[in-house]
Amino acid sequence: MGIYLPIAEMSVNIVVLLAMGAAVGFLSGLFGVGGGFLITPLLIFYNIPPAIAVATGANQVVASSFSGTLAHFKRGTLDFKLGGVLLAGGVVGATVGVYVFALLRSVGQLDLFVSLLYVLLLGIVGGMMLVESVNAMRQARKGVSVSLKRPGQHNWIHRLPLKVRFRASKLFVSVIPILVLGAVIGFLASIMGVGGGFIMVPAMIYLLKVPTNVVIGTSLFQIMFVSAYTTVIHATTNRTVDIVLALVLMIGGVAGAQYGAKAGQKLRGEQLRALLAALVLAVALRLAFDLFVRPANLYSLSPLEVI
Amino acid sequence: MMRLARIGLLAAAALSLACAAVRAQGPMPPVNPESIQIGLSTDRISITSNFSGADLTIFGALDNSNPLVSRQGRYDIIVVLEGPARPVVVRRKNRILGVWINTQSETFINVPVSYSVATTRPLQDITDTTNYRQLALGADNIYLEPLERTAGASTIQEFETALRQLKKASGLYVERVGGVQFLTQSLFRATLTLAPNIPVGTHKARAFLFKNGVFIKETSAQLAILKAGFEQSIFLAAHNNSFLYGLFAVALAMVTGWLGRIIFKRD
Repeated sequence: MGIYLPIAEMSVNIVVLLAMGAAVGFLSGLFGVGGGFLITPLLIFYNIPPAIAVATGANQVVASSFSGTLAHFKRGTLDFKLGGVLLAGGVVGATVGVYVFALLRSVGQLDLFVSLLYVLLLGIVGGMMLVESVNAMRQARKGVSVSLKRPGQHNWIHRLPLKVRFRASKLFVSVIPILVLGAVIGFLASIMGVGGGFIMVPAMIYLLKVPTNVVIGTSLFQIMFVSAYTTVIHATTNRTVDIVLALVLMIGGVAGAQYGAKAGQKLRGEQLRALLAALVLAVALRLAFDLFVRPANLYSLSPLEVI
Repeated sequence: MMRLARIGLLAAAALSLACAAVRAQGPMPPVNPESIQIGLSTDRISITSNFSGADLTIFGALDNSNPLVSRQGRYDIIVVLEGPARPVVVRRKNRILGVWINTQSETFINVPVSYSVATTRPLQDITDTTNYRQLALGADNIYLEPLERTAGASTIQEFETALRQLKKASGLYVERVGGVQFLTQSLFRATLTLAPNIPVGTHKARAFLFKNGVFIKETSAQLAILKAGFEQSIFLAAHNNSFLYGLFAVALAMVTGWLGRIIFKRD
């Protein structure tokens, strides 16, 4: 069954899009990631022009992360104060990122830069998470009770000034690392066209020592606002948000996210982290494959950019 | 789902039938040279939300045809629907430090976005390459103008070939052998493929007549392919009120996310 996309100016199969949205939505609900790092490569793989895939992916992330945020808000696993500080950093980072994006595009190597960044970040984050979660699972099997939040074990981050108490997260930590983390995520989000959850979730767990149950809701909260901001920027500067494509993806995604969030509650923290790590590594490998293996066709076409 | 866009038939057909009948009685060869006409019953096609590619049928008439040549099947017709021309950059990847990177590029300034061909027989059986080149006819013979010629003829040739192959692979440059059929001695029907990703804009339909491999006559007509009302409104909104459009897209996403929560009620 075909559907015509007015901005992408092409006809695609609506069932494929719905399935794509549902699969990504399920994973996004399960892991608390926006799903941008999955939906954008999937759309490009489905022959949607990359510029439209990035912008529309951001729009779809708004829906799935809003839905997820509501679920976590209701369950009380969302730290608004922490999310707000992250968001303040995120908006600054995203604004800087948009300028860097334009700069890279004028140099002509944006695609390469984005791919390298993906492979590097996803590879490092995925690898670290996989090692940590497998160790945790092994210890849990031996009967050792493991907790990520080890009292008394504080790193340099906890010695920074401007400390603020985050009651919902049971944290007393400086706002500086939180603002910096938010800004880095916002910057990466606007360059890579993703929400940034795959970096934010592990960073919050390992660097800030935020409890795992609060991490997902809070990161979804921040992702929702950053991707909303990115969507509006793409719509005004590049006019590449395809609302029909986004709506179809959203419908599939929202449905999938509800089941994902429920499935997530049945899994233990370290199991969830191991699964997310495997997924992140798989995407990194897929992108690395394109970078390092001789492509089937060395040539590509693109419309001439009028600068 | 293939939709048949029937583009209508003309009075010219009836006229030429009459002419042919008259000529058939006399032993004299026709004095007037053959000519060809095509007609579109509409000058615009709307792309609606369920568009997934279509067949476009064009009817045409062959005037003053020689019945003997006709009977031997030595008249050939090629019908082309050519999309609007746009500049295109062709990039080539090279391996640098193990990574495949776009290094070389060539820009062509007048590349038709789509090029759909229907013929009576395979192209190579109708006439030779020299003729096609002269007429710039066929996906392999369209003249592509490079933006600059600094790279040298062989490099430009290499990028040109890659461009044609990529266009064919994307389904935008298609060829339909046997897509033109003679319904009577002087009346023919051409069925062209419109790709699902056919660009909007002014398309040019052209018909070429060959007799014994010799080019006789060409005719053309214009066809506008447009987005239908809803699709066009979205497109215009995205371009004219882009900030509001962006806000609307975000609001729509939030409403969808919220509705999903209400519908599924999963906690």
